[in-house]
Amino acid sequence: MSSNVNTAGERQSFLPDADAMARRRRRRYLADGAARWMVRAGGGGVVIALALIFVYLFSEVLPLFKGASVERQESYVTADSEATAPAYLALERYGEIGMRYSRDGELVYFKLGDGEVIRRIELAVPEGVRVTSVGNGEPRARTLAFGLSDGTAIIVKHNHELEFPEAGVRNVVPDPVFPFGPEPVAVDDAGVALTAIAVQASRDDTGVAAQTADGRMLFVRYRVSTGFLSGEREVERQSYDLPSFGTLVTHLQLSANLWNLIAADASGSLIYWDVARPAEAVMRDRRQVVDEQGESITSLQFLNGTFSAVVGTSAGNLSQWFLVRDKTEDAGDNIFYLARARNFEQHPGAIMAIQPEYTRKGFVAVDDAGHLGIHYGTSARTLFLDRVSDHPLVGVAVSPVNERILVEDREGTITEFDLWNQHPETSFRALWSKVWYEGRSDPEYVWQASSGSDSFEPKYSMVPLTVGTLKAAFFAMLFAMPLAIAGAIYTAYFMSPKLRGKVKPTIEVMEALPTVILGFLAGLWLAPFLENHIPVVFTTLIGLPLSFLLIAWAWAQLPRGFRNRVPGGWEAVILLPVVCLLVWGMVALSPLIEIWFFDGSMRQWFTDMGITYDQRNALVVGIAMGFAVIPTIFSIAEDAVFTVPKHLTQGSLALGATPWQTVTRVILLTASPGIFSAVMIGFGRAVGETMIVLMATGNSPVVNFNIFEGMRTLSANIAVELPETAVNSTHFRVLFLAGLVLFAMTFIVNTIAEIVRQRLRARYSSL
Amino acid sequence: MKFREWFKSGDPWIWLIGGALSISVIMVVGLLLLIAVRGFAHFWPAPLVETTVTATDGSESVILGELVESETLPTDRIPEAGKIVDDEQLVITRHLFKVGNRDITGRDFVWHLEPALADFSYPVDAMMLERREWGNFYGYPLRLEESGQTVASGEALWSELQTRIDRASELHARVTRIERHEIGRINSELEAIRLEERGLDHRGVTGAERASAMADLAARRSRLQEEYENLRAERNDLQERAERDVLYARTANGEEKAIALDQIVMASKNNSLGLAGKLGFYWHRISGFLTGYPREANTEGGIFPAIFGTVVMVLIMSVLVTPFGVLAAIYLREYARQGPILKMIRVSVYNLAGVPSIVFGVFGLGFFVYMLGGSIDALFFPERLPAPTFGTPGLFWASLTLALLTLPVVIVSTEEGLARIPRTVREGSLALGATKWETLWKVVVPLSAPAMMTGLILAVARAAGEVAPLMLVGVVKLAPSLPVDGQFPYVHLERKIMHLGFHIYDVGFQSPNVEAARPLVYATALTLVVLILILNLTAIAIRNRLREKYRSDSD
Repeated sequence: MSSNVNTAGERQSFLPDADAMARRRRRRYLADGAARWMVRAGGGGVVIALALIFVYLFSEVLPLFKGASVERQESYVTADSEATAPAYLALERYGEIGMRYSRDGELVYFKLGDGEVIRRIELAVPEGVRVTSVGNGEPRARTLAFGLSDGTAIIVKHNHELEFPEAGVRNVVPDPVFPFGPEPVAVDDAGVALTAIAVQASRDDTGVAAQTADGRMLFVRYRVSTGFLSGEREVERQSYDLPSFGTLVTHLQLSANLWNLIAADASGSLIYWDVARPAEAVMRDRRQVVDEQGESITSLQFLNGTFSAVVGTSAGNLSQWFLVRDKTEDAGDNIFYLARARNFEQHPGAIMAIQPEYTRKGFVAVDDAGHLGIHYGTSARTLFLDRVSDHPLVGVAVSPVNERILVEDREGTITEFDLWNQHPETSFRALWSKVWYEGRSDPEYVWQASSGSDSFEPKYSMVPLTVGTLKAAFFAMLFAMPLAIAGAIYTAYFMSPKLRGKVKPTIEVMEALPTVILGFLAGLWLAPFLENHIPVVFTTLIGLPLSFLLIAWAWAQLPRGFRNRVPGGWEAVILLPVVCLLVWGMVALSPLIEIWFFDGSMRQWFTDMGITYDQRNALVVGIAMGFAVIPTIFSIAEDAVFTVPKHLTQGSLALGATPWQTVTRVILLTASPGIFSAVMIGFGRAVGETMIVLMATGNSPVVNFNIFEGMRTLSANIAVELPETAVNSTHFRVLFLAGLVLFAMTFIVNTIAEIVRQRLRARYSSL
Repeated sequence: MKFREWFKSGDPWIWLIGGALSISVIMVVGLLLLIAVRGFAHFWPAPLVETTVTATDGSESVILGELVESETLPTDRIPEAGKIVDDEQLVITRHLFKVGNRDITGRDFVWHLEPALADFSYPVDAMMLERREWGNFYGYPLRLEESGQTVASGEALWSELQTRIDRASELHARVTRIERHEIGRINSELEAIRLEERGLDHRGVTGAERASAMADLAARRSRLQEEYENLRAERNDLQERAERDVLYARTANGEEKAIALDQIVMASKNNSLGLAGKLGFYWHRISGFLTGYPREANTEGGIFPAIFGTVVMVLIMSVLVTPFGVLAAIYLREYARQGPILKMIRVSVYNLAGVPSIVFGVFGLGFFVYMLGGSIDALFFPERLPAPTFGTPGLFWASLTLALLTLPVVIVSTEEGLARIPRTVREGSLALGATKWETLWKVVVPLSAPAMMTGLILAVARAAGEVAPLMLVGVVKLAPSLPVDGQFPYVHLERKIMHLGFHIYDVGFQSPNVEAARPLVYATALTLVVLILILNLTAIAIRNRLREKYRSDSD
């Protein structure tokens, strides 16, 4: 502004001087550069953030398929561990102390990390009597029984207590308990040595099963009662003789409910007694476990819940067995037999010890070639199997929270390992193929992620959910595809522009309708309505097309002069009242049809025919979800048909083809990629839809394609279960996997559709 | 015309596909009509029917209530029908009555078979009471008592009752206000004091500084305690005054029932209402529905918190999604190098719009809530742990998840807008010496503003109706307080919210009394549909107007 001072002869300028211009230009270029970087960073950031969704879902799922990792920590020799063989090793959950029972009846509590002995308890084995057998109960019950040579047994629990001497300090203190007193309790009245023993503490009773040196099988139940007046503790004892058969058993295990007794004998078979009613106990089954000569059973343990047993052999074979209900006609109720559910990866040496996990269906095993194996029942996975010692291993323990493993070798060296084993329950096979779950009579696809019981076996089969998803999408497409595509062709090709301008937005506005409203109407209005009017489904399915044809025929009979007065593309309008009247008529007729043909109730008739009918079924979902995808398919297909170049259709008509011939031979052929992509996008939407299936089905994860039964889809399953599951648990990650499967499925389907659509667009422009 | 000839002409096929279109249109229109009719009918004063029911054992009882629906079924479908009618009759009609009086009879909806009913009568004196608890009451007014003294009966009763209900309602509103706002404020201040105390522990403040801080806190606390005592006294006083009047009423079966007036929301003699009265009733119910709070496990009362929650969440989402969506679109269209890779990225971004919304919910729960929220808690709110602040589903995470979900919508529509700007306009601007940024900011962006606006509104419409992801990241069936209130910091991003869509799901499928809740669900659905239709129509209107406005600029 300074240069416009007038001096004679000089040119007058209203522009800023060069300096100011340069400054301003610099500022503008700076702003331009800054904007470029900002947009790049911001826009690129958004794109990356969207990519992050996939990366994040993937990273949450990945740990499911990682095996276990084991890291060696300290090794040490505790007092006496060199001298005596271990009978049982155990860990407490805080990772501070370990427990070791020796074969000759000593319980030692030692500090983890250095093996310093904290407390040592000698069992009260009388003079001149020795320990002849040891049996353990469930790990979480912490009960062991030592069978003695005089027919008695000592039952001991290696409990521990927590002490909080001051704020922030926690001490784990050994607190061994003898539920029936430290003195031995009688098992065999005859006083013969006990060569095998099993123990289990149920809620009220403690059960002990044993075999005596002379081959008798005994089952004893103890109950402690406190005298009402005296206040003295009394041990009530009931003893039963079990049917026996001569051979000597090497291992005995008793189930937690004291109903089943399982034994392994020297010939390598498993034997099962039903002792639910001890007085009438029977030997139900006997199965050969080992196949080869010279192989014998070296270890037998129940998995958590004591429904299934793991058998280890001298050849290193590991197999899981459980009781399966005998379904043959003459077997009677509650008759079970032993079945081999699965084998695990073979160890290179004889299995020396097995310890089940405390809360899951997994176990750890060691062999005499120095290998440690971590296996899991349901998924049949071997998560870790490696040589960890140069000496044969004889004892193993896993911590209740699966964070630490303890092994002992024949030299008496105890070695600690840190363990990461968070997700053994899933494997590709467990997720996608049939699995034989505990207590089921056959391998099955089951989704049942949680239950109230501690010893519940989670069943994570994705098959019922995937089948449910496809089933829902299939019926939805079955309903939506004909209506949407036919409607689209009609609107785009036959309808007058004025009508088209009204019809298209009407149908498209439905795309914005929240699916929760469709779901609610389907569940609360349509489902009960259909249940009461099942015949309507069939009568309208046949009646509507027939009535359309009838009207068309009648229309063709009308005089040409009258017909010509109605402009083209009004067929749909003429049919509107027909549809309304027909549906109303069918609904009114429905009870009569039921009376005439189905004895008054079509639903009952279905049941009699062996077809299950749920109120909220695939039919309801198909209609409701079909409704949700009709606008999507309609809109894209209509665009594809409408944009078919006009010279093609006009050429066809000019050559003498009828309008319908033009539709089938020219339009459908040219627009078919567009219609295909419309269907794909509609399918993608149906696959991922959540609220409709959540509200309009019973959400039962069944595997079938019956239109009158419900289903549970991947998306509904996530909505139901994800808010209630523990963060980072296996269940949580499996649900993330379901999300990832959905994401991948719809993303691929949509990408194919998009590519097809772009190709089509290119082709149209070249026509 | 011969049949064969006709068939070969292809006309039947055209009629068939035309019929398919008719079916689609009828379904669309029928659905909207169904929701509208049921939703609006919920508020209309239904006639009160009285009739006598003969039970199968011959005993008779009188019922009074609203006729909800009737249906005709084959006789065989209803087991108990056999006892009433002979085998000759093939179909039978049954009626569903809303008889209310849940506190007396235990169930407020009853099916009765038509043959068991006497003729319907519509007694003029029958009244309906909408109560705060136990649902509606149907019966006849007897007398009005004030502190045990009869003050009105007979003719004078009804007008006296209305004035006294107004008085009791006003007192009740004041009680609620004290409970909800004043006492709520004191509670949150007490909570703040508790947190400050824990914060002292956390920061390891000791010695004199701690003592003075503690003394200060104790003083504040005792002041609040005192304030609380005063409020409580005031509340109890108001409550007592509200409970002064009691209405004695008779049920259809002759039982007498005392109802305190502060329990009554409104009283109406439906059968004697004129058109004006009915319209007044209608308006009263609709406004009560839109502005009231839910009662009785959400099955009665209003849906104001749900509307409010939906709107606040959508607003926050818009604030989040607009800048990022527009930025990403400008980047993709104007700055990124065009080529096969960009094409791939673009297709992927577009396809995210087709990814199921529940997947975004899963992502939001895992990444936003647990990862981001957990970190925020550890950094900024350590004194509140282990109770999570942001590490739990809440308003902000719901908005953010929906922003991510609707991002593709905004990007796609902005990009389309940018692509539509003619080259000549850009080149003109560049030829005049404008930099790229100036061209963008002053020419291209204003011209494509309609497209951005459309994208935003479509995003809002989608977000308002989305429920599945919200179930994971922040919506609850009953939120104790609104996300925006008079307490600092006024907008509470960490609070859980109520939502119209989730309300429909929850009340329709999780409520203890589905039959009673059903009309309410229809009304809620209607509200949501209207909201979304308005948004969509606004999107179209704005697009058209802006298009007109900028037409002269771009031509």
